[in-house]
Amino acid sequence: MSAAQTAAGPLLAVSGLGKRFGGFVALENIDLTIAEGERVGLIGPNGSGKSTLVNCLCGTLRNETGSVLFDGRPLDGLIAHERTRLGLARSFQLPKPFHTLNLIDNLRVPLLYTVNARPGHSLSDADVRARCEELLQAVALADKARRLPRDLTQVEMRKLELARAVATEPRLLFADEAMAGLSPSEVEEIIAVLLRLNQQGITIVLIEHIMRAVMSFSTRLLVLVAGQKIADGLPQEVMRNPEVERAYLGE
Amino acid sequence: MRTGTFLIAAALVGLAIVVLTRIFFTNEYFFFAAYVVLQYIVLSTAWNILGGYTGYINFGTGAFFAIGAYSSAVLHKLPALLKTFDILIPAVPLPVMIVVGGIVSGIVGLGTGYLTLRLRGVFFAIATLALSVVVQTLIVNWDYVGGSRGIYIIRPAQAPLGGGYIQYLYTLMMALSVISVCIARWIERSRLGLGFAAIRDDELAAEAGGVPTLRLKLIATTLSGALMGMAGAPLPYYVTYLDPGSSFNLAYAVNSVAMPVIGGMTSWVGPIIGAVILGTIQQLATVTISSALNLLIVGVLLILFVIIAPNGIMGLISARQRRRAAIIEAAVQQRQAAA
Ligand SMILES: Nc1ncnc2c1ncn2[C@@H]1O[C@H](COP(=O)(O)OP(=O)(O)OP(=O)(O)O)[C@@H](O)[C@H]1O
Ligand SMILES: [Mg+2]
Repeated sequence: MSAAQTAAGPLLAVSGLGKRFGGFVALENIDLTIAEGERVGLIGPNGSGKSTLVNCLCGTLRNETGSVLFDGRPLDGLIAHERTRLGLARSFQLPKPFHTLNLIDNLRVPLLYTVNARPGHSLSDADVRARCEELLQAVALADKARRLPRDLTQVEMRKLELARAVATEPRLLFADEAMAGLSPSEVEEIIAVLLRLNQQGITIVLIEHIMRAVMSFSTRLLVLVAGQKIADGLPQEVMRNPEVERAYLGE
Repeated sequence: MRTGTFLIAAALVGLAIVVLTRIFFTNEYFFFAAYVVLQYIVLSTAWNILGGYTGYINFGTGAFFAIGAYSSAVLHKLPALLKTFDILIPAVPLPVMIVVGGIVSGIVGLGTGYLTLRLRGVFFAIATLALSVVVQTLIVNWDYVGGSRGIYIIRPAQAPLGGGYIQYLYTLMMALSVISVCIARWIERSRLGLGFAAIRDDELAAEAGGVPTLRLKLIATTLSGALMGMAGAPLPYYVTYLDPGSSFNLAYAVNSVAMPVIGGMTSWVGPIIGAVILGTIQQLATVTISSALNLLIVGVLLILFVIIAPNGIMGLISARQRRRAAIIEAAVQQRQAAA
């Protein structure tokens, strides 16, 4: 856990990761690394396996092959909540709010079960309350704190989804299409939130179809096509890659 | 109200009811009927800890209840059994039987949870039904506790706490009701209850939020099973003739699902309301018409509520409160806009 150890290797190292659904190969032999502090854009056509990759890395699904190191620690065999507590967080592409709980309680779940479950952390009730308000403020939902998720619009639901992932105080955050269906100004808003989180030290992987957002946010791009990683590099270079152009942008 | 304060208040209310009823009711039948209603408060509260809070529907109440009842039957016969080995022990007091029944049922709850909680939704419900069949088969074939013939239990001549034995059973069941309601209310307000609610709403999202869902579900099945077993433990002394027919009655499984549904599943109040209403109607029907009517009554009420008020009586009340709050909020906004 020392700083030296952290600096030595990448934050996330994936090697040979494969996932099948029955006979269908959703991910094949994925290798990738993510360094601390990076802002990575993960792009690819619909059905290329982006969400499946996030699901495997966060423990929602089990990959059949390959291994994952997080901060040098093997994650294989750990279930989702254990990975969350280690510092991996994700938003779901289709928001999954706790629909019988108001927004504050939606955020109290990760605060009590993740942040407070880490050794050396114990937020008091007042701390938890303050943190909830802060998180809701960050996504402009503070005035709906006591509402149920069903009172939210689709856009607000996405913001809640993001806030709930951020509430776990992750080291690595996967934002799975946090901006789908948002207006350009709302996209700017979310990008600003993500940039601020990144400045606070959270490494972020952004999965997004809105290219303008991806290009303005990412320091590196990963491209998945049909379950395979076909490109990995600086955004401008990746976009000039003929294979990417053909497989992804040419569709 | 803090949990400690609530516990004291609930205990005082329970005590007051016991004292007053024991002073003013001389008819033993009242206590026979009230015992059943209280037993249903415990059963439906216990059922709701798993079914209402975590969303896992259990049709196996009868099994947990019977395990409590039969563990008491075993303890009842224990001194005689040990005597044949020249070990002399006094008769086991009923409160001890209740604790043992709770522990045994709790362990069975834990085991069942381990085997079945990976099953989602309707498959879990079917598995609990299967559990009932397995436990019933075991008991029907277990000769020591009477097998399918059943077993006679002779009540101790002297009832503790003065009064008749049925008054004693009634008082114990009141204590169990107070305890289970306090546990349910404590869960609701604790981190545990928040985790249960997260599981009920979306298990994948709960895991992603750090909730150890399997462990929490095991806690729920254990607690729920233990309380059901405790409710069943005094049964041999209540019926004095215990047989698989009386302890595995379908009514236990159906009622303990129906009562929270009728009362409302999201709070501890719902199961109490459901148990008091349904239990009282059933007891009245048993006296005035026939006990054969009881299942029909549950069936009709259940259908009515599922159609008209799927969130139960508590759901109706909170919907009304929400509507009123919305009207007030709108009025405030209008006034602000006007100003
Ligand atoms: N649980 C599942 N069972 C079977 N097939 C699945 C499952 N989840 C995903 N798939 C399939 O795996 C492939 C990859 O899906 P995935 O959701 O990862 O794509 P994606 O890149 O996130 O797409 P999108 O951009 O539309 O979100 C798709 O063909 C999908 O149909
Ligand atoms: Mg996806």
